[in-house]
Amino acid sequence: MQKEAEIREPLILGHKTYNDITEDVCAPVEGKANNVFYGLLTVASLIALWGLGSITYTIGVGIGAWGLNKTVGWAWDITNFVWWVGIGHAGTLISAVLLLFRQKWRMAINRSAEAMTIFAVMMAALFPGLHMGRPWLAYWVLPLPNHFGSLWPNFNSPLLWDVFAISTYFSVSLVFWYIGLIPDFATIRDRAIKPLPKKIYSVLAFGWTGRAKHWNRFEEVSLVLAGLATPLVFSVHSIVSMDFATSVIPGWHTTIFPPYFVAGAVFSGFAMVLTLMLILRKAYGLEAYLTLKHIEYMNIIIIITGSMVGVAYLSELFISWYSGVEYEGYAFLNRATGPYWWSYALMMTCNVVTPQLMWFRKIRRSMVATFILSIIVNIGMWFERFVIIVTSIHRDYIPSSWSMFHPTFIDVGVYVGTIGIFFVLFLLYSRTFPVLALNEVKTILKSSGESYKNGEAH
Amino acid sequence: MSKTLLAMYDDDHVLLEGAKKLVAKGVHIKEVFSPFPIHGIDPVIGVRPTRLAICAFIYGLIGLTLAITGMYYFLIVDWPMDIGGKPNKNLMENIPAFIPIAFEFTVLCTAHGMAITYFLRNKTLPGMKAENPDPRTTDDKFVMEIDLADTNQSEEEVIGMLNETGAIEINAKV
Repeated sequence: MQKEAEIREPLILGHKTYNDITEDVCAPVEGKANNVFYGLLTVASLIALWGLGSITYTIGVGIGAWGLNKTVGWAWDITNFVWWVGIGHAGTLISAVLLLFRQKWRMAINRSAEAMTIFAVMMAALFPGLHMGRPWLAYWVLPLPNHFGSLWPNFNSPLLWDVFAISTYFSVSLVFWYIGLIPDFATIRDRAIKPLPKKIYSVLAFGWTGRAKHWNRFEEVSLVLAGLATPLVFSVHSIVSMDFATSVIPGWHTTIFPPYFVAGAVFSGFAMVLTLMLILRKAYGLEAYLTLKHIEYMNIIIIITGSMVGVAYLSELFISWYSGVEYEGYAFLNRATGPYWWSYALMMTCNVVTPQLMWFRKIRRSMVATFILSIIVNIGMWFERFVIIVTSIHRDYIPSSWSMFHPTFIDVGVYVGTIGIFFVLFLLYSRTFPVLALNEVKTILKSSGESYKNGEAH
Repeated sequence: MSKTLLAMYDDDHVLLEGAKKLVAKGVHIKEVFSPFPIHGIDPVIGVRPTRLAICAFIYGLIGLTLAITGMYYFLIVDWPMDIGGKPNKNLMENIPAFIPIAFEFTVLCTAHGMAITYFLRNKTLPGMKAENPDPRTTDDKFVMEIDLADTNQSEEEVIGMLNETGAIEINAKV
């Protein structure tokens, strides 16, 4: 049996048995939801309806419904796209990278973090689709034989790379998540009393039995998928950044973009995981599994990636001056002091300054502070993408075409609506899926459980 | 008609130690059912390492080949496009721009190929019937299955040995 150093804080608090873990995690699935849940679901559904209405309107009349103009051709849509993809990154990082590093604390958070990834990538994929203007022709991005004289998509274009990156990322994350879910669905299936849930979970569990050979394959598949998902997650956001970096627009055309975007993605993703986890642990009484230590670990990642992002902002500024390129220099001067100075200031404060508070152990281990900071980070990261996209293009090469971006009601509706849709999906998930990888958590009970560590249980 | 004994344990470690003792005495353990992987059980009961990773590697090679030949055909042979004067005469000149999609497609084929193989080899697919002997094996109980036809000892001897190793419940299945 694996032993762990005494000095490490336990990852499962109190005296838990294997059965307790099953009971605790299955409780929200088997029990009845309270009024708070229905209240939240109603609010989220109303916002989602606003979003669906705005999306339908956009599809109906075209993207003229948005505030885009000749100069600012990319604005909230691509900002939202990059923001959602970035949020998605934490899930894969937790499930894949932390698995390769054998971090036991990932067990308690990987399931919900991956669910978040899948829902976030779904929201992200909406935006380029809508931005096409005629989303029913979205299949044109695929290299299909056609009647236009065998015209193929441009494989040299980062926009097409993105199509492949996002679809691969989404489908691989989904498969990775589902393979992990199967044994847990089997647990719910075997506990189900009512015939309908039993039937549903039997189908979802794929007839899982838990044979030794199956577990052997399960571990191999998890390891290989983690090994594949790790470079995948880095490549996806690198490719997203190349949508900008391979262009010739000052402010976009920078080689620092891929690592800078990846760090930013992990940063915002962990913030969203924290926002969701803090609510989840409180609502479903999972404090014994999502401990203060888990939150502290995630906050440490936030401060590391937040500082990386800060360094990237400063290097960008320095290089724009040091390069001696007038256009580059002006793009950054305009960012910081032009008409959008407030969004630049907001980005700097939320992403670089406030996360530094996490250096204090007290703040790192405070639920309230973490919750507030996690939301601040998400606001800051939305503004980062807005700053990069809009401030780089709103002052074109010709001053006569300089312009500003003014979002319309539909712009706001589509963006806020995706947050609503995301929360509807996450809320429904939280009551029908095991929110913790319960069978994986059982494997660390003896090495990291509190009562096993202090010798009360054997 | 062969008879099967199902010995239930309430701890993974007890089962593992028990399995070692039984195997040392020449009892053949047919199968072990557990709610989570018991590390170290595979060599004891003779489960060989899986070859899924080899399959994954082959799927990856197929994906890579497909992606490169596809892009070569589309953009070099069938319809060369001059985009901003970027080189497009042959594959080698154009390969840097093909790397992202080649990588993504390799990952796509590897992951899905491996997942499909995993489901087929396990015979776990939607709608399949679960064959675990007891519903508690997906919660906190561990079951060892012994086929008496494979064993030289009598039923009583095996039950005695199982009791010694700490089994909490022993059931016979015909």
